[in-house]
Amino acid sequence: MIHTPHIDWWAITPILVLVGGSFVALLGAVLVPAAWRRHFAVSVAAASSIGATVTAAWLYVDSGNGHRVIADAFYRDRWTALAQVILSATTLLTVLVGADRVREHESEFYALLLAAAGGMCFFVGAANLITLFLSLEWFSLALYVMCAIDYEKEGALEAGLKYLVVGSFGSAGLLFGSALVYGATNSVGFVEIANAVGAHGLSGDLLLVLGLAMIIAGLSFKVSAAPFHMWTPDVYQGAPTTVTAFMSAATKVAAFTLVVRVTRTAFPQEAHLWTWAFAGIGVASLVIGNFAALVQRDVKRLLAYSSISHAGFILIGVSAGSALGARAVMYYLIPYSAMAFGSFAIVAARERELGVPVTLSNFAGFGWERPFLGVAMWFFMFGFAGLPLGGGFIGKFYVLSAAYDHGWTWLVVVGVLATLVSLYYYLGVVRAIYMRGPEELQLAPAGGSPARETLLHLAVGACLVVSVGSLFAVSPLITLAKHAASALPF
Amino acid sequence: MTTSVLTSVLIWLPIGAALVIWALPLSRYAIGSLAVLVSLVEVGVWIEQAARFDFSKTGLQFGERWPWIGDLHVSYHVGEYAFSLWLVGLTVVLMAACIGYGFWVGRDRPRAYFGLMLMLTGATVGVFLSQDLLLFYAFFEGMLVPLYILVGVWGGAARLGATVKLLIYTMTGSLIMLSAIIVYGLKGHTFDLVGGPIDSSRWLFLAFMFAFAIKAPLFPFHGWLPDAYREAPPEVSAVLSGVVAKAGTYGMLRIALTKFPEPAGYYRTLILALAAATLVYGSILAFRAADMRGVVGYSSMAQSGLITLGLFSATNLGYDGAVLQMIAHGLVSASLFLLAGAVERRTTTGEFFRLGGMAKGRPALATLLMTAGIISLAVPGSATFAGEFLILAGSYHQGWWWAAIGAGAIVLAAMYMLRAISGVLHDARGPAVHDEAMDLRTGELALIVPLIAALLLLSAWPAGISHHSFAGDRPLNDVFLQFR
Repeated sequence: MIHTPHIDWWAITPILVLVGGSFVALLGAVLVPAAWRRHFAVSVAAASSIGATVTAAWLYVDSGNGHRVIADAFYRDRWTALAQVILSATTLLTVLVGADRVREHESEFYALLLAAAGGMCFFVGAANLITLFLSLEWFSLALYVMCAIDYEKEGALEAGLKYLVVGSFGSAGLLFGSALVYGATNSVGFVEIANAVGAHGLSGDLLLVLGLAMIIAGLSFKVSAAPFHMWTPDVYQGAPTTVTAFMSAATKVAAFTLVVRVTRTAFPQEAHLWTWAFAGIGVASLVIGNFAALVQRDVKRLLAYSSISHAGFILIGVSAGSALGARAVMYYLIPYSAMAFGSFAIVAARERELGVPVTLSNFAGFGWERPFLGVAMWFFMFGFAGLPLGGGFIGKFYVLSAAYDHGWTWLVVVGVLATLVSLYYYLGVVRAIYMRGPEELQLAPAGGSPARETLLHLAVGACLVVSVGSLFAVSPLITLAKHAASALPF
Repeated sequence: MTTSVLTSVLIWLPIGAALVIWALPLSRYAIGSLAVLVSLVEVGVWIEQAARFDFSKTGLQFGERWPWIGDLHVSYHVGEYAFSLWLVGLTVVLMAACIGYGFWVGRDRPRAYFGLMLMLTGATVGVFLSQDLLLFYAFFEGMLVPLYILVGVWGGAARLGATVKLLIYTMTGSLIMLSAIIVYGLKGHTFDLVGGPIDSSRWLFLAFMFAFAIKAPLFPFHGWLPDAYREAPPEVSAVLSGVVAKAGTYGMLRIALTKFPEPAGYYRTLILALAAATLVYGSILAFRAADMRGVVGYSSMAQSGLITLGLFSATNLGYDGAVLQMIAHGLVSASLFLLAGAVERRTTTGEFFRLGGMAKGRPALATLLMTAGIISLAVPGSATFAGEFLILAGSYHQGWWWAAIGAGAIVLAAMYMLRAISGVLHDARGPAVHDEAMDLRTGELALIVPLIAALLLLSAWPAGISHHSFAGDRPLNDVFLQFR
């Protein structure tokens, strides 16, 4: 007889809502007449992402004392819940942007989107190495297909395949690392690993350290930190822009919240190793991301490298390994995901207008033609660059403060210099959209006046509100992040 | 402590007005009028504050404080000292004149233009009002955001290079300052400027000074200056040299000198030497400049050197003179830039070899340019003369040679300014000057005359500022604690 564990259904409601929505959307492909299919899929996706956002927010309120549920495989705490709120909200925005864009395979697209979101929501609550790997594959598989969903478009298949191959490499590393850790500690639960290391004096054990290193490498693939970033520019460029927007925001949120959790919970005794490892990876990401972005002409590639450099910034917060660092990471992710999503959504709007990939030169005059999107892009770019036009500024301040608090003034200096380099290309985008007139544009727009795209404007507006609002509402957000981080053992 | 919500109004009213302009579908005329109106309301609010300000009391007045980032002890803390009151006044007056100028010349894309000018107003006022380091930083950087676009969109032919230089130079300084702010704030567990501790770290002092030296600018950090002043629209150049550059010298006074008295003493000779070099070098460059904006731009650089000389003389005379000079020079350089803009509109050029003989038949232009020029060269009896005299008297305490260099620079100032005046107004008539080029119009007079009038008023009563800038709140070694 198999023992079935007690299941706290309420703890996994956001995930169930998303996965359930995914099934319904997929059923729509066969049960709903073609004329209604798109509206049906969009409505289902929107409804379930709203449902997930609401239930996750409710769970945040309701999970004051964090604990593990379902045979200790999943965390029900505020850290999980807050990440789930951000993830589900990002999913909702993706639905808004996708509503006008996804014209083929609608049911499949939204089914995959919701499945990916459900997987991420599970991932951030993983409590042992098995659920960690399982949920990682869960959302990654959905993302691989989403990248290649426009398989007739040049580069889409390449993007999907590249992501699949490189991502599998990362997953394999993660899995092998998990096996080594299990071999060393005889346990898979995060807490049990830490206990076993403490009880048997395994700190510094070769198997354990090797396993930890491979887990870090595997997760670094997901956050696209250098030197595990090679897939990022190609995939971001080749994937449909809606998918890119989702990936750039959601994958980072999911992966970083998990990275903070797993390192603090499972490997506290190894902190002297992984803090340095993350500092090293962070610096490498800052250097590679920023310098490579300087020479990009394609805006999606430029933003891809910018996301690598931001992974570096967030890793500075992770590497502090402190409660302040965890708070900083959580705070950083909120305006960052809004700015990343918003900027890709704007690129998507321009792409539709022109019918060709957006480069810095064919961005010319965009700010004057579409004032709202132009202003939003201006805010996002300056926010990315750390100018006080949004929460990105406070995020940078926070992670650098965490680094200083950890005693690493050198990391503060590196971060500051990286910001300086990044300024050049972010300003380049603003220069392109405002200071080069439309007359410099070498190609004609696809025809007619641009589509109205109310939903896309709504999504960009929401991103703008979050990114600017997080500059003013720092204290409430930090309180949220603080309560979330109190679920972690510091 | 007297409180006033109007302090925050000074910062947020223009920013709110900018949002209104961007959000509402107003006509071109309505947008310009609204912007001018808001800038005049700012002046009114400032006059109200100045009238209620108690110049005999030490300490912060009209303060307001809210928690911002609680767990790192960052707060939204604004308030005024007497010297910041004067700088705020300078800002609102100049911004009103410059916004009016933009309206008068009819800048295209008015929504973007006036929105950005108002945003710049709010940010600049914020710099002078912030009493929290991170807030100060946010406004200090916030000034760059609209400036970047104002220069880059409405500027001259070489504007793109100018904006990149402006941003990269000033951001280098500010980011170094940001790391210093983080270190200072986390070390002392507060980012507050009023209650913050005195620090003796030389690195931190140098990091702050680096940022302020770029902003001011001091030699050899002035690389951004010539392009920016030349390529920006004239009213933006006026703001740049009139108030934005003053943020650098204000930072020296408010942060570098008061929070780091020991390192300030240690590096005094070095900074005095840089200031003197800036003064002399800037004056020489101004003498060699081939166009009117070059002269005014380099002369403001020289004046930044002079103000720094006064600040680092560490004497009451020097501080008083520096504040007076900041205000007087702000007014005079803004007037000169606006006049240069007027000349450029009439002749399409500011280059001396194509100008000349404009005084004939244009009495208003000639009178105003002459008056502004003469005040700028610190003719005895003018406000700038009073400022320079105080600064030189103060710097004499650090060694007679500093005063000697300063006095020599006044001679240079006379040389370059008279050269500029005669290059534009007198000499033989230049090829770009046509008979149709009109005298100043009523609109221009309405903008420039008040600035000159304020200067004449200050010339009549310089003690109005120099005796009312510090009420014992001096960053002097024995009493700097009163800054708390």
